[in-house]
Amino acid sequence: MATRIQSPTGPAPERRVSGLSKEEILRYSRHLIMPEVGMEGQLKLKNARVLCIGTGGLGAPLGLYFAAAGVGQIGLVDFDVVDFTNLQRQVLFGTTDVGRPKITAAADRLRNLNPEIRIDAIEARLSSENALELFRDYDIIVDGTDNFPTRYLVNDACVLLGKPNVYGSIFRFEGQVTVFGYPDGPCYRCLYPEPPPPGLVPSCAEGGVLGVLPGIVGTIQAAETLKLIIGKGQPLVGRLLLFDALAMKFRELKLRKNPDCPVCGTHRSVTKLIDYAEFCGIRGEEAPSTVTNIPEITPTELKSRLDRGDDLYILDVREPHEYQICNIDGHLIPLGELPRRVHELDSSREIVAHCRSGKRSAEAVEFLQKAGFRKIWNLKGGILAWSDEVDPAVPKY
Amino acid sequence: MAVKVIIPTPLRAYAGKQESVEVQAATVAEALSALTTKFADLKKHLFAEDGRLRSFVNVYVNDEDIRYLQKDQTSVKAGDTISIIPSIAGGLRHAAL
Repeated sequence: MATRIQSPTGPAPERRVSGLSKEEILRYSRHLIMPEVGMEGQLKLKNARVLCIGTGGLGAPLGLYFAAAGVGQIGLVDFDVVDFTNLQRQVLFGTTDVGRPKITAAADRLRNLNPEIRIDAIEARLSSENALELFRDYDIIVDGTDNFPTRYLVNDACVLLGKPNVYGSIFRFEGQVTVFGYPDGPCYRCLYPEPPPPGLVPSCAEGGVLGVLPGIVGTIQAAETLKLIIGKGQPLVGRLLLFDALAMKFRELKLRKNPDCPVCGTHRSVTKLIDYAEFCGIRGEEAPSTVTNIPEITPTELKSRLDRGDDLYILDVREPHEYQICNIDGHLIPLGELPRRVHELDSSREIVAHCRSGKRSAEAVEFLQKAGFRKIWNLKGGILAWSDEVDPAVPKY
Repeated sequence: MAVKVIIPTPLRAYAGKQESVEVQAATVAEALSALTTKFADLKKHLFAEDGRLRSFVNVYVNDEDIRYLQKDQTSVKAGDTISIIPSIAGGLRHAAL
């Protein structure tokens, strides 16, 4: 169940304020002197209630700019703990926050930035069981988690409750932003009725993100949210904004409300929240490999066989840039190149395939088995497990 | 007619790492066929086994979704841009569910 830590300061949600204190007028003076915001807009911000799902890469600029702008009630939902790999982009956190619950570190940072507002720190995993109840207390929902199950859950809950859903997504150096769930506007399912099957989701080899990208995309989401609150400008409704940081180009595509949409169309088949992990084909954080009967060898077993002098051929199926981070002297053939480079391998030798965590190499083993290789094993847990079990000098990434 | 097909980041690995590819085509279907003939690895990412465009891949001619035009029979003319827009999610490893 969600743990709520109420801010000791800030107004209760039911209390609509109609004025600003002297300190607030000074704090928000750069808003107050521009006619598009002014006193009217600033009071709208102060009376606004925004829920941020996730306090990570997208959630960081969202939280910071909402707090700085004086959004009166900010809900933060997260369950994770700050780790070192977060610091490259999650600018809410500092090195001394590593190991702390994100929700605590984020709430501390935002309260320090602006003690005039109310922060609801909600330590929870968003789920079909708690989403509707959580969303009811807020006017606008901003999804900063950027994963498929949460995205469909947030979309459906927002459509069911009639609340705007400010959407952002990132991939390496490309981003997408739009506003869903606006009256008469499209929803995420109008755009993509179904998620991709897990096997076709780009693997960790193709993942990664330029640290500044969630900053840019999250800041655009924040700008759209603030515009919705003050009711100024043209909201990013019915338009999908595409951003490419490498080319440094913005493009815009038209989004239409799909009359056949299962959740917001004329013949609705989704009228309540469903099991989104199942819908997206994911169970838990690490989806179990669909590949079965893959022969495995543990790092410890591999080490002792190598120490015995056994003739084992190590095949590394990661990408060249990963090989540069760390390697165990394997022969590098990226998974995607394996079909056309299979002749480089000698099927009479014993082969151990590995990748980062064991998923890609399992695919490689399956492929090679089909190609007639019989003496082949997958290194269980990949080079990460090798670092844990055999050689801690091998860095993890 | 020469049309430009913009390849999204997640699919560039299957298209010779190119950002865009120029193909000769009069319809979207012809353009995608020319593209997947040139880059066979792209095919399974764009089309399901029944040959239909996958539901998590949308195709636009200039700024319009082909689902609201003539689908894959939408005609294209010289200078048009076809965009392939798959659903993306950078935060999958930290799914909140």
